[in-house]
Amino acid sequence: METELTLRIDGQDHHLTIDTRTTLLDALRERIGNTSAKKGCDHGQCGACTVLTDGRRTLSCLTLAVTQGGAEITTAEGLGQDGGLHPVQQAFIDHDAFQCGYCTPGQVCSAVGMLAEYADGWPSAVTEPGTTAELDHDEIAERMSGNLCRCGAYANIVPAVQAAAPRREGTNAGGAR
Amino acid sequence: MKPFAYQAPGDVVDAVRSVAEDPAAVYLGGGTNLVDHLKLGIVSPDLLVDVTSLTSAEITDGDGGGLGVGGLSVGAAVRNSDLAADPRVRERFRVLSQALLAGASGQLRNMATTGGNLLQRTRCVYFQNVSTPCNKREPGSGCSALAVPGRPAPTHDGAGWTRNHAILGASEHCVATHPSDMAVGMAVLDARVRVLGPDGERVIPLTELHRLPGDAPERDTVLEHGDLITGVELPPMRGRSAYRKVRDRASYAFALVSVAAVLDVADGVVRDVRVALGGVAHKPWRATRAEEQLRGAAPTPANFRAAIEAELTDARGVDGLDGGNAFKIPLAAATVTAVLRDLAASETGDPR
Amino acid sequence: MTEMLEHQAIGRGPARRDGVRKVTGTAPYAYEHPVENPAFCHPVQSTVGRGRITAIDTSAALALDGVLAVLTPDDAERLANTDDAELAVLQTHEVAFRGQIIGAAVAETSEVARQAADLVAVTYDQAPHDVVLSDSRDDLYRPDAVNGGFPTDSNEGDIEAALAAAEVTVTQTYTTAMYHQNPLEPHTTTARSEDGVLTLWDSTQGVHPVRKAVAKVLGLEPDAVHVVCPYVGGAFGSKGQLKANTVLAAMAARAVPGRSVRLALTRQQMFDVAGYRTPTIQHVTLAANRDGTLTGIAHDVVEQTARIKEFAEQTAVSTRSLYAAPNRRTSHRLAALDVGVPSWMRAPGECPGMFGTEVAMDELAQELGMDPVELRVVNDTEIDPDSGKPFSSRNLVACLREGAQRFGWADRDPAPRSRREGNQLVGTGVASSVYPVYRMPKSTATVRFSGGRYVAEIGAADLGTGTWTSLAQIAADALGADLASVEVRIGDTRYPEASVAGGSSGMTTWGSAVVEAARAFRAKFGADPSDGDEVEAAVQANPATDDYAMFAFGAHFVEARVDADTGEVRVPRMLGVFAAGKIINARLARSQFLGGMTMGLSMALHETSVMDPRFGHVVNHDLAEYHITANADVGEIDVGWLDEHDPHVNAMGSKGIGEIGIVGAAAAVSNAVHHATGVRVRELPITLDKLLG
Ligand SMILES: Cc1cc2nc3c(=O)[nH]c(=O)nc-3n(C[C@H](O)[C@H](O)[C@H](O)COP(=O)(O)OP(=O)(O)OC[C@H]3O[C@@H](n4cnc5c(N)ncnc54)[C@H](O)[C@@H]3O)c2cc1C
Ligand code: SF4
Ligand code: FES
Ligand code: FES
Repeated sequence: METELTLRIDGQDHHLTIDTRTTLLDALRERIGNTSAKKGCDHGQCGACTVLTDGRRTLSCLTLAVTQGGAEITTAEGLGQDGGLHPVQQAFIDHDAFQCGYCTPGQVCSAVGMLAEYADGWPSAVTEPGTTAELDHDEIAERMSGNLCRCGAYANIVPAVQAAAPRREGTNAGGAR
Repeated sequence: MKPFAYQAPGDVVDAVRSVAEDPAAVYLGGGTNLVDHLKLGIVSPDLLVDVTSLTSAEITDGDGGGLGVGGLSVGAAVRNSDLAADPRVRERFRVLSQALLAGASGQLRNMATTGGNLLQRTRCVYFQNVSTPCNKREPGSGCSALAVPGRPAPTHDGAGWTRNHAILGASEHCVATHPSDMAVGMAVLDARVRVLGPDGERVIPLTELHRLPGDAPERDTVLEHGDLITGVELPPMRGRSAYRKVRDRASYAFALVSVAAVLDVADGVVRDVRVALGGVAHKPWRATRAEEQLRGAAPTPANFRAAIEAELTDARGVDGLDGGNAFKIPLAAATVTAVLRDLAASETGDPR
Repeated sequence: MTEMLEHQAIGRGPARRDGVRKVTGTAPYAYEHPVENPAFCHPVQSTVGRGRITAIDTSAALALDGVLAVLTPDDAERLANTDDAELAVLQTHEVAFRGQIIGAAVAETSEVARQAADLVAVTYDQAPHDVVLSDSRDDLYRPDAVNGGFPTDSNEGDIEAALAAAEVTVTQTYTTAMYHQNPLEPHTTTARSEDGVLTLWDSTQGVHPVRKAVAKVLGLEPDAVHVVCPYVGGAFGSKGQLKANTVLAAMAARAVPGRSVRLALTRQQMFDVAGYRTPTIQHVTLAANRDGTLTGIAHDVVEQTARIKEFAEQTAVSTRSLYAAPNRRTSHRLAALDVGVPSWMRAPGECPGMFGTEVAMDELAQELGMDPVELRVVNDTEIDPDSGKPFSSRNLVACLREGAQRFGWADRDPAPRSRREGNQLVGTGVASSVYPVYRMPKSTATVRFSGGRYVAEIGAADLGTGTWTSLAQIAADALGADLASVEVRIGDTRYPEASVAGGSSGMTTWGSAVVEAARAFRAKFGADPSDGDEVEAAVQANPATDDYAMFAFGAHFVEARVDADTGEVRVPRMLGVFAAGKIINARLARSQFLGGMTMGLSMALHETSVMDPRFGHVVNHDLAEYHITANADVGEIDVGWLDEHDPHVNAMGSKGIGEIGIVGAAAAVSNAVHHATGVRVRELPITLDKLLG
C-alpha cells in the first residue's frame, strides 16, 4: 500500500510516495540515496542502522518510515556542522575506533545519543543504584553495547567516546582505564 | 511481508472498536517486536494502528488516582528508557529501573513502549522461523523445541535447542518463555495493567496478564483481540529491591535466568518478600511458594536456598541440543539465593 | 637476503586515509554504489535438508505488481561451467542442503522482491539428510590434502612408543564449535549486464579472483567482467572465495539486461550460504619428561565438509611447527555431510587447532607442576620441526617473557581456585600463538607520476585492514617520496591483478609488488620523472623460502573472573605480545591485533552455531542468538609487539598480522578459567552451564 510522506533527513525535507512496509532504513538507503546508516541485521540485533530521531538514538531498521513524518532524523552524514566532523567522529578517527567502518556510522550516532542521555542523568545497567554515574570504561561499554562491532574495535571505541565526552565540572570523567 | 494499511488515530474508543472488528488489525507500539515479526512473516496484518499517539506517554504520581502515596501510573506509550530514568522510578522502584536497563539496548529502550514490552512475544527460535513447526505460531503444527514426530535427532532424546526455554509451567504443546525483563520487575511490584476493550476498561493484575501455555500456546495472555493496554499502575512498595539478570553475554542478550526480588526485614525476620523469575516460564514466574516459606523466617542464605529449592521442586529441564536447559534449575536456585543474600546484607543501608 | 627498504613512512602511525568517509558513512559499500533506478533481488531457499524439487509454482509471485522476473531451476540460464557445485546456482532440481538457493525474485522494490520470493511455492521429494559430525562415524575419510595445500597427515618417529615410555602424558579431546564469520556488512552485490559487460560491485576480499571465477562460471571472457570493491564491511574469510549469492546476482542482472540489480543476503541467509568454520573434534596427545621436554606430540582431527564440495580445514598443521619433539603425528579426517560448504574463517587451521594444543600444554604444565610459560620455553626450537629448516626469525620465547613481565605473571599462585575476590574466582592463563608468513604467487602494481604526485594502482582490497593507508606508506618508502605525495588506488579490476586478501598475505604480496614497481620506476625514470611516466611490475617469488621457515609468533595472557554463584565469566584483562616482523603502521596494526584478540574472546565465551540435526539448519541464525562479543564483554586489552628484524621475509621486513591475534586467544581464556575455578573446559564455548556448581 502506498502512502505520501515527508521525511526530514539531515535538515532536508524529502517528499516521497512509499510502500507502508518500507522501514526508515530502506527509505534512506533505497529511496533517498542516503546510505550512511547501514544494514547489518535488519532485526534490531546489531545497531548498524542507528540514527538520531529528534535527538534520541533509535534503530531505523525497526522503524516504519510512515511513522516518521514530522520527525527530525539525523544520520552520521548530517552530524557535523559547517562541513566539519562532529567531535565524536574526529575522536573515532584519532583513536582508530573502527576497521571496516560498517558499524561506524551507527556507533557514532549511538555515541552522540548516549552522551546526551548521560548529560540528562540517565543511569545504565552498571550504574550503582542511587548514584550518578561517572563516564568510566564500564559505563561507556555498557551504554554502547547496542552497537556490535565484528572487527572488534571496542577497545578503541570506549576511549574515543570518552575523549569526545564533554567534561563535567568537578569530575574526572575520562579517568579510569 | 504482505502490504498493510497504517493509521495513527486520535480517538481511543473508535480505534479499539475498529481493531476489535477487524481480525487482521494489530496495534503498533515502538515496533521493535512487531516490525521484526512482519519481516519474518510471523504475522501478516492488513492494518496497523499506531498506539503511540493513542495512549499516554506520561508517568504520573498515583495519589490522585487511588493508588496511594508513592504509587505511580505509567502510560502505555511511555518508552522503556524514560521509565527507567524517571527519578521517581529509580527512587521508589529500583527493581523496575534495573530490570528495564538490563533489557535490550539503549536504542531499543528508546523505542520500546510499556504496552509493547508486556506483549512482546517469545524468542523461541522455532517460533521465529516460519519453516519450522510451532504450535504457538500455527496451532496444531507441533512444537519443534520438543521432539518432533518423524524427525529423529541422532544425538539426544529428540528435542530441539532449548537454551531459552522454560523449566516451569510448560506443557507438552509449548515450552517457550516470555522474554521481558520489565514484566519480571513489575511482577514483584504487584503491578496492575489497565486495559480498554470494546466493552470498556478493566484492570488486570500483571501476574495474571500472561498465561501458561497449556493446550493453547497460541495465546500469550488473557487479552482478547482488540484489547488495548492503556497503562500500568504501580502501587507503593516497602522494602529493598533488586534485579539480577544472568545471560550468555554481558549485555544485549536475553536472560537465561533473571530474578526480581523485594525484601523487607524487620526485627531479624523476613516481614515481606516477593520474588519473580524471568527466562524460566511462559510468564514472569512469581515464586509464591518460596515467598510463603520465607515470611517470618530468618533472612539467612540457608533459608533462602531452602525456599527457592522448594519452589523449584516441580521444575523440569528439556534434554535438548547443546546440553539442553536443565542447568537453569541450579542456576535459578543459585541466583535467587544470591540476590536475597545480597539484599539481606544491605538491609542496614538506606531503606529502599 | 632481500634488499630492505629504508623505513621513513613505514613504522609510523598515520590515521586511516578513508577515515572521514567511514565515520560519516559516505564510503560506498557494494550495495550502496549509486546507480540509476535499481531493481532488487531476493533469494528463495530450500526448506528441506536433502531431496529433489518436484514442482515450483511461480504464478503468485509473477502476478505481483512490480515483479520483473522469477528465476528457478526450471528456466534459469544454463551456466557454462558447473564443476563447482556450490556455484552451480539453479542448475539442478536436487537439493543438497537446507537453505540452499533454489530460486530468486527480481522486482522494482526490495519489499516486493521479498514478498514475491515468499510466494514461490515449492514441493519436494524429500530424502533423509545427515548433518551430524561425530568422531565415531564409520564413513570418515582422508582428504588428499588440506587447505593451503598441506599434506593431510604427518608422521615422524613413533608416537605410541613415546607415549608408553613417557614420564608424564596428557591425552584429551577438545572440541571447537561451528562458527560463522558474520562480517557486519552482509554479502552484497550490485550487478549490471549491459553492452556485453557485466559489472559487479561486490563485497569481496579480491576483485580479480571474483572476476576470474565469475567469468568461468558464466562462460565470459575475463575482460567482459568488471568487478569493483573499494570498501568491504568486514569479511574474515567469508568473502574470500566466490559464493552462490554473487553468481545469483549476476544471473539476475542478466535476466534484466541494462538494469542494475541489488542483492543483499539477509543475516539469516548468511548462515546458510555464506560459509562457516567447520566444527572440530581434536584428539591431542602429549608425552613428556619430568623436566617438561616433550617427547611426543599427536594431534588427530575430525571435522566436516559438504557433500557437494570439499573444504578441509588444516586444523593440526600449526602443531607440526610449534614445539620440538622427536615423535610426532598429525592427521585430518572428514565427514561429508548434507550441509553448506565450509570455508575460510580468520586463521583457518591455526585458530581452532591451537585451542587443542595450547589447552593440552596447560594440562601438561599442571601435571608436571611446572609454570606454563616455562613449559613453552623449554620446548622452543630454532629449527622448524616440520620442514627441518631454520626459522627466519622466531621470537616466541621473547613474546612469552615480555608478556609475563608486562602482565605481572610472576605474582601468580599456580594452584587452581586459589584466588577469590568477593564473589569472584580469579585466574590467569597463557597460550602461544603462531601464524605462517604467506606470499601469494601473483600480484602486479603500477606506479605512475601524474600531476606532481605518485599514483600506485593495484586491484587489492581493504577489509578494514588499512590497505588504503599502509600501501601508501610502503610506496612512499620504496619511492623515497613524501607520504603525502603518494596516492593509492585499489579495489577495481581496472587496476593490475592482485591476489585475494587472505592468509594475512596482503601486505607481503601487494606490498612487495608495489616495491617492485616503485624500484623499477626509479630505475627507469630516476628521481625527477615527467608527467605520465609509468611502470608496472609484479611480486617475485621469495628465494629465501628455500632456506627458511617463516612464521610470526605471539603470546596471550588473560585474566578471567568467574562469578561464584552463577558461573558467569568475564575477562577484564587481555594482553597479547607479538613478534610479526616490522610493523608498517603502528596505529592500524594495533587495531588488527585487538580485533583478532576480541574475536578470540568471542570464540572462547560466546560463539556457537547450533545445528539442528532434525531440520539440517543452524537454528540460532541471527545476531540476537549467535552471540558475538558486545562492547561490555571486553575489558582492557593491551597489545604489544617486539621490534623484530627479519631480513628474509620481504623488503619491508613485515609478516602478516591480520590473523595471529585470534590464534591461541581462546586457549588462554580457557586456561585462565581453569586457573580461576579448577574446571577444565575442553569444549568451546565456555558458557556458564559448564562451570555451575
Ligand atoms: C535485539 C533485541 C534484543 C532485545 N532484548 C531484550 C531484552 O534483553 N529484554 C527485554 O525485555 N526485551 C528485549 N527486547 C524486546 C523489546 O523489549 C521489545 O521488542 C519491546 O519492549 C516491545 O515494545 P514495542 O513498543 O516496540 O512493541 P511493538 O513491537 O510495537 O508491539 C509488540 C506487540 O504488542 C502489541 N502492542 C503494542 N502496544 C500495545 C498496546 N498498547 N496495547 C495492546 N497491544 C499492544 C503489538 O500489536 C505487538 O503484538 C529485545 C528486542 C530486540 C529486537
Ligand atoms: S516452544 Fe512454543 S513457541 Fe517454541 S516451537 Fe514449541 S510451541 Fe512454538
Ligand atoms: S540493521 Fe538495524 S539493528 Fe542491525
Ligand atoms: S569496524 Fe567493522 S564492524 Fe565495526
